[in-house]
Amino acid sequence: METIKQLSVFLENKGGRINDVAKALGEHGINMHAFSMAETTDFGILRLIVSDVEQAVGVLRAENFAVVLTDVVCISCPNVAGALSAILERLAEHQVFIEYMYAFAQGEKAHIVIRPSNLEECLKWLEEDDCDILADRQL
Amino acid sequence: MNNEIWNRNKECMSRDELRDLQGKRLHKLVDLVYHNTPFYRHKMQELDLLPADIRTIDDIVKLPFTTKADLRDNYPVGLLATPMSEIVRIHASSGTTGSPTIVGYTSRDLEIWKEIIARALTAYGVTRGDIVSVGYGYGLFTGGLGAHYGVEHLGATVLPTSTGNTEKHIRLLRDLGVTGLACTPSYALYLAEALHKQGLSADDLKLRIGAFGAEPWTENMRHEIEERLGIQAYNIYGLSEIMGPGVAYECGCKDGSHIAEDHFYPEIINPETGEVLPVGQEGELVLTTLTKTGMPLLRYRTKDLTTLMPGTCACGRTSIRFTRILGRSDDMLIVRGINVFPSQVESVILEMPEFAPRYMLVVDRKNNLDTLEVQVELRPDSFSDDMGGMLDLRRKLGERLKSVLSISAEVKLVEPNSLPRSEGKSTRVIDKRVLA
Repeated sequence: METIKQLSVFLENKGGRINDVAKALGEHGINMHAFSMAETTDFGILRLIVSDVEQAVGVLRAENFAVVLTDVVCISCPNVAGALSAILERLAEHQVFIEYMYAFAQGEKAHIVIRPSNLEECLKWLEEDDCDILADRQL
Repeated sequence: MNNEIWNRNKECMSRDELRDLQGKRLHKLVDLVYHNTPFYRHKMQELDLLPADIRTIDDIVKLPFTTKADLRDNYPVGLLATPMSEIVRIHASSGTTGSPTIVGYTSRDLEIWKEIIARALTAYGVTRGDIVSVGYGYGLFTGGLGAHYGVEHLGATVLPTSTGNTEKHIRLLRDLGVTGLACTPSYALYLAEALHKQGLSADDLKLRIGAFGAEPWTENMRHEIEERLGIQAYNIYGLSEIMGPGVAYECGCKDGSHIAEDHFYPEIINPETGEVLPVGQEGELVLTTLTKTGMPLLRYRTKDLTTLMPGTCACGRTSIRFTRILGRSDDMLIVRGINVFPSQVESVILEMPEFAPRYMLVVDRKNNLDTLEVQVELRPDSFSDDMGGMLDLRRKLGERLKSVLSISAEVKLVEPNSLPRSEGKSTRVIDKRVLA
């Protein structure tokens, strides 16, 4: 099963806090491939895909951040209209729900990070459809 | 100015007569508690005191103090001086540990309570022709029921609106032509704000008199309330341990609150040393219930800081007054009229393993209503990627705080190790309300 470890960080809503994370990672040569922010009025959850997740956990914990690892699925699909819809339709058909997702597209490819309600099912149906599922080493 | 006095015999007694009466009542009181309250008997025995040693009011200094801690230690009914069969009502207030303190009233106590509230309302100018809306909370809190029966006793009409439903409150004020309002001063301002939002003003109401208490307020607030609601606003003082509202009240002069001295004997002490201070010096107010029979208290330390004002008031009352209370001698906060102690918040947080035992209380006043924010540190291992779970955690803490504090607090989750580390309770409270 090709899942990716996503790093989640608890952040208070206060100025400069995201940069504190970016800076700490940068100083240790850890690259961020993708991230998203889920926020409420007083706190947020920063979700990151990084180049070295184990090291990132150590670095952030040393700085007193609350961090947790979560398995997510990362796929690559053509950057054309309707490509994402075809994937999501397949998942919905099989009762795999999306808890959250984030994506970015560049050139011919789009990358999508999905936290599904059921990892195993999600991977099964995506593989059946020959979806391009990315592994850590491919990022 | 209104010159009506409800009980001229008592409120305008000569000082000599009053002291004589106080001495007689104190003697009876000491006799009562010595024989009926083991707590006081033991305390007096420790001091080698007998009821016969207390003859005049000047002997009061020989007696022991009573504190809030004594009430908690004797929870629930250890301080009653009468069998439970004689108690006709119980009120309860929040305590520092989250466990309430209980006060029991005999029917005679309730008669006295009604009487002193009628005195207060009369001093404000309320008459039988008035309709008074009581916007204090009805229930275990003494404000609602206390004021309620006082209004009825006076013969005015009482509208028991209690707290909550401001829209309905405003509607009833208008439709009934309500002339009197009894509530916390912050609620009065909130009401004024709500009125304004509905496009209404004081001209749409017939309110003329307000009785405000249960939380500290200032002259500035008085002016604002008076202007916005078109009323005369008066202070009413009380505390559940002693009786409830009505222990002291302002008159038309608005120059200090008169203590119902034939029922409550005041002293001012140095809160650090317990030494009795001469009249005119600021210190902690100590009250003795001279006539209560359900749960009488000797020299109860109120924690309220004030100064006694000697001399006959221009209104004709001879009863002693005290100045506006703005400070407290401990760390208790009064938020929306409810006592809040940092230790109550602490006890809730300690029960929830998801949080570190570190917190900060931020009290503020927004739209004229007190707000309480509780900042609490999340433990690193309680963090999860699930936003729903995090919000549930926040809601759970909020609900538990509400059940312990009796008021709702806004919970703010903060990062591990982000709150200041210093010891001492003062650093755990930020009070942004400006009371000046």
